[in-house]
Amino acid sequence: MTEHLPALQTVLPLMAAPICVLLRQATLVRIFSVAVAWTCLAIALTLLEMVSTDGPISYALGGWVAPLGIEYRVDLLNAYVLVLVSAIASVVMAFPLEGSELRIPRERHFLFYALLLLCISGLLGITITGDLFNIFVFLEISSLAAYALIGLGTDRRALTAGFSYLVMGTVGGTFILIGTGLVYQMTGTLNIVDLADRLPAVSGTRTVWMSFAFLVVGTSIKLAAFPLHQWLPNAYTYAPSIVTAFLSATATKVAYYVLIRVVFTIFGAAFVFERVGLSNLLLPLSLIAMAVGSLAAIYQTDIKRLLAYSSIAQIGYMTLGLSLANVDGLTGGLVHLFNHGLIKGGLFLVVACALLRVGSPTIEALSGLGRRMPLTMAAFVVGGLSLIGVPGTVGFVSKWFLVLGALDKGLYFVAFIILASSLLAVVYIWRVVEVMYFQSPSHAPVREEAPLSMLIPTWVLIGSTIYFGLDTDLTAGVANRAAQYLLGGGL
Amino acid sequence: MKIPAMRMREKLVVRVVSRFFIPFILLFGLYVQFHGDYGPGGGFQAGVIFAAAFFLYGLVYGLDDLQRVVPWRFVEVSLALGVLIYAGVGVASLLLGGNYLDYKVLDPHDAKHGLHLGILLVELGVGVTVSASMLAIFYAFAGRRAA
Repeated sequence: MTEHLPALQTVLPLMAAPICVLLRQATLVRIFSVAVAWTCLAIALTLLEMVSTDGPISYALGGWVAPLGIEYRVDLLNAYVLVLVSAIASVVMAFPLEGSELRIPRERHFLFYALLLLCISGLLGITITGDLFNIFVFLEISSLAAYALIGLGTDRRALTAGFSYLVMGTVGGTFILIGTGLVYQMTGTLNIVDLADRLPAVSGTRTVWMSFAFLVVGTSIKLAAFPLHQWLPNAYTYAPSIVTAFLSATATKVAYYVLIRVVFTIFGAAFVFERVGLSNLLLPLSLIAMAVGSLAAIYQTDIKRLLAYSSIAQIGYMTLGLSLANVDGLTGGLVHLFNHGLIKGGLFLVVACALLRVGSPTIEALSGLGRRMPLTMAAFVVGGLSLIGVPGTVGFVSKWFLVLGALDKGLYFVAFIILASSLLAVVYIWRVVEVMYFQSPSHAPVREEAPLSMLIPTWVLIGSTIYFGLDTDLTAGVANRAAQYLLGGGL
Repeated sequence: MKIPAMRMREKLVVRVVSRFFIPFILLFGLYVQFHGDYGPGGGFQAGVIFAAAFFLYGLVYGLDDLQRVVPWRFVEVSLALGVLIYAGVGVASLLLGGNYLDYKVLDPHDAKHGLHLGILLVELGVGVTVSASMLAIFYAFAGRRAA
């Protein structure tokens, strides 16, 4: 059965979604969805294990062999992303919906789980497939589910936030489709490995350059790379926290993976960096994202919006790693993909716990919460330290590699901006911590911790930011091998 | 002289003609569905045509009557069921020893027949889900009360 694992990775959640609609009963659906998500995680871990010992796996869907048929291709890079997506999915699934800001009543919670499973299926599909058009199809599955999930927030502005994400996301998806069409016109193939073989022969044509432009801009919209990030703050702020936790930790990360695939596997580093010169554009934009995102985060009064702007800055770190285009830089970008997923997923779950007690996402409402919910707020502090990049946390590992990559290229000012942006992170995290611990609340604090069923998933993610900060074998080790592989070295 | 506006169901011609048309639309939908593997057509088009017959009924006789014929719950179940038929064919071919969606193994004696059967079932799944989603969209819009 292990040879069918690549297909089961996406088919399992895809089939689970309609089964949820048939089961309907809230508790039953929840247990079922958690079981599915955990099985997905087990599959992803098995695939990573198989790939890291035996090399890439190819699976011919429907028995039609690549390049004509659709191929699922698992290598070290996407196995690593599969693990992140399914790990976050299994934690978020286990997080209870009670008290979360969902506009649907408990009898209709099965629809939430169906949507979440579809979104997971789409994200896993984008990651696992070896076919460019198939990426677009799965992108639509995950995005449509994501728009609906965002619209489930109780705040009515969630609907407009979901709608503007829909408009931007559709533009992005269409750009990816146009880019795919153009390369198909020039090469007659959609298979990624086959494209990589055939593109160099036609890479001088304007059509290929246009297709590259469309693909990069399209994925950058999905990635919310500066200055295409406008949809992100509202979507993250008004979506239910649990949805934000899932999307912030997976959707943008998968888009980053697609960008890496487009740049390094399909078009190749030589074309992208030497002929097109993507770094000339992407490097300054990444630096601006890091500065502007962090600065904007400092001035927010809403905790979710603060974390959303911080995400824009963190995405800047990832694209910076890509534009450095050396092993250390790319390792930094890939490690940050994983690490930021854990950190932001964890922090938004903390927000979900806090909202259970305070009911308002403004920072002022958090005053005195350090004493009311000590364990939850301790999780926020640890997550915040990771975001800043204190040694011993995952944030430090990512920034270490990014600084190494920048120094390796002799870009001292880039290294300086990485450090400066970390200082800005200290400012916005400290603002929240100060309110939570040092401001006296309006009424006497009573200890009312979030229930264990919420604390455990939150601490699993936050705890793992410490664990992977100390034991970097899985993250930095795999990312480093993947980076070497992408830049042309052997596995 | 002002003729009072008649409701759609009170108009004899509309009522009779729509009654006459609905079976043919349904039949045409089924034709497009099952002829899809020989000629133009297939699950998507068939699903839309099939749903169009119900739209006509709903437009003439009103939403309440239509929902008595096709309850919301039924639409919801068929939405899920169609996807399950599709994915289920894939899993069946997995269990029979082929790759996912490899229809050739569905008939162990004749690969060509297996391919035929596979595509027929998959298109049926598509048809069920598409006509259910068309109806779901119709219900969602027609059921809106002026706020």
